[in-house]
Amino acid sequence: MTTVFGVPIQALFGQLLVGLINGSFYALLSLGLAIIFGLLNIVNFAHGAFYMLGALGAWLLLEHFGVGYWPALIISPLVVGLFGALIERTMLKRIRGLDPIYGLLLTFGLALIIQGVARNYFGVSGEPYDMPPQLTGGKNLGFMFLPNYRAWVVLVSVLLCALTWFVTERTRLGSYLRAATENPLLVQAFGINVPRLITLTYGLGVGLAALAGVMAAPIYRVSPLMGSDLIIVVFAVVVIGGMGSIFGSILTGFALGVIEGLTKVYYPEASSTVVFVIMALVLMVKPTGLFGRTA
Amino acid sequence: MTARVETEKPAAIRGRVPARGEARSLRIPTLVLIAVCVVAPFVIYPVFLMKMLCWALFACAFNLLLGYVGLLSFGHALFFGAAGYLTGHAALVWGFPFELALLTGVATSAVLGLAVGWLAIRRQGIYFAMITLALAQMFYFFCLRVPFTGGEDGIQGVPRGKLLGLISLEGNLTLYWVVLAIFLFGFFFIVRVIHSPFGQVLKAVRENEPRAVSLGYRADHYKLIAFVLSAALSGLAGGLKAIVFQLASLTDVYWTTSGEVILMVLLGGLGTVFGPIVGAVAIVCVESFLAQLGGWVTVVQGGLFVICVLAFRRGVIGELARVLRRPL
Repeated sequence: MTTVFGVPIQALFGQLLVGLINGSFYALLSLGLAIIFGLLNIVNFAHGAFYMLGALGAWLLLEHFGVGYWPALIISPLVVGLFGALIERTMLKRIRGLDPIYGLLLTFGLALIIQGVARNYFGVSGEPYDMPPQLTGGKNLGFMFLPNYRAWVVLVSVLLCALTWFVTERTRLGSYLRAATENPLLVQAFGINVPRLITLTYGLGVGLAALAGVMAAPIYRVSPLMGSDLIIVVFAVVVIGGMGSIFGSILTGFALGVIEGLTKVYYPEASSTVVFVIMALVLMVKPTGLFGRTA
Repeated sequence: MTARVETEKPAAIRGRVPARGEARSLRIPTLVLIAVCVVAPFVIYPVFLMKMLCWALFACAFNLLLGYVGLLSFGHALFFGAAGYLTGHAALVWGFPFELALLTGVATSAVLGLAVGWLAIRRQGIYFAMITLALAQMFYFFCLRVPFTGGEDGIQGVPRGKLLGLISLEGNLTLYWVVLAIFLFGFFFIVRVIHSPFGQVLKAVRENEPRAVSLGYRADHYKLIAFVLSAALSGLAGGLKAIVFQLASLTDVYWTTSGEVILMVLLGGLGTVFGPIVGAVAIVCVESFLAQLGGWVTVVQGGLFVICVLAFRRGVIGELARVLRRPL
């Protein structure tokens, strides 16, 4: 059997794929965090909780309403996004202009509430969620076996990232968004409804997290705690990439997922800490993050 | 310009008495605190009180950083838990006496504080919180892996030992007096630091860092020293907790512990001397009363966070200080 540095090539590519999947989720979540931070000046600690809500929503839809994966892929992010917009309107709006640490603390509290309620109704062990029948099975590529569903997740994530980039950089709405990130007061003076733009942005960022959650549901079990450890890794990803650039967030997310996958092959003991180690190294060399603008 | 800066300050800070007068105005509440601590063990179970004291010391140490330097560390569980592990390990495996085991824990936390602080102060504000959280999570995974922490079981059966090799600390009441003495030492140390010239510079950095730098203060040095002090004192609290409960566990290094200490300080009052103590007592009580409700404790904690941030940013003692028009 072919080996690379003493590791069978099949195992290597298998872990690379797992890394790419994790990287997709890192990219989608850090992308949402970056957009929200840009406009609201809030680091959304509840992002992991919304990711979990997306997965939980898909499971509930299937269990109680018999709604399958494909409709859930639309409905669950939509509902969670609306919930996010409601939270922005009722709570986050009140702390605008305060020190950003209050935003972090408020969303941390929200994350505790959402996760706590989910845990009480759901238990900690989690439930499996079946793959959609159209995407079961896989292809043998010769050097590795590629499960269809995993290929689908990577593909959709790349498309979503590209779409988000396109919307923010190439459309009128995106130009409003970027302008409001630079100077909300001036944009408001030009007659654009900035508060509505902010609500929309938060809803979209949260919806993106929920969509990632629905896609994650068949891969990992649906569990109330699936978002809480993930969000900390995503924070490290954000520190590494810097929140200034959309493209930077996407690239860092995917790259770190792959590095994590490779670590799992060559030095499994470090696989859960490698992202944090890289963060420490980046801080030593370039404290503003790889793609960050000046602090 | 000066006038504008003046009006931007929160009401609690405006019209502050000079540092020495401020320290004097703390005299009566301090006496009340000591009196309550002396009477309490005859009314309430001492182990429960010791738990409160450990958390109160932890919260005071955390407040030194958040309340007086304006740095939000989301990873203070690292120092609390690490000192617990090292104190426990030193007492159980190396057979160190009580004082030396505790010092081992404090020294560990101070060194870790130096490393984490050195990395984290390279970024400000919100990034500082994320970096400390990530480094603490890294340490959590480290503790989960290495054999000496006992993994999921933790270090159990830590001996309480003898004070100065003479007085056995097995009795809860005896241990309570020792814990109280150490707590008061930590508390007065922090009060002293806050009201020292060093503490004034810390506050200057909190209020306006570029201005402090322009006045010739090396803000990063001051921040790092404050971070190490806070880490070491958190370690003192963590080490004590390991001795009191004869247990060092993974919970103490997990991010939930960092969240709890933040909530205590926020609820009691950021940047107040007595706030963290009140917050710690309140949260420890809430948790033990709600213990039978199981998972709802997290929901209550989250709710308190939301209420504190939206409507109660001064905290209990901060509001009281505003009503009484004196710093507390």
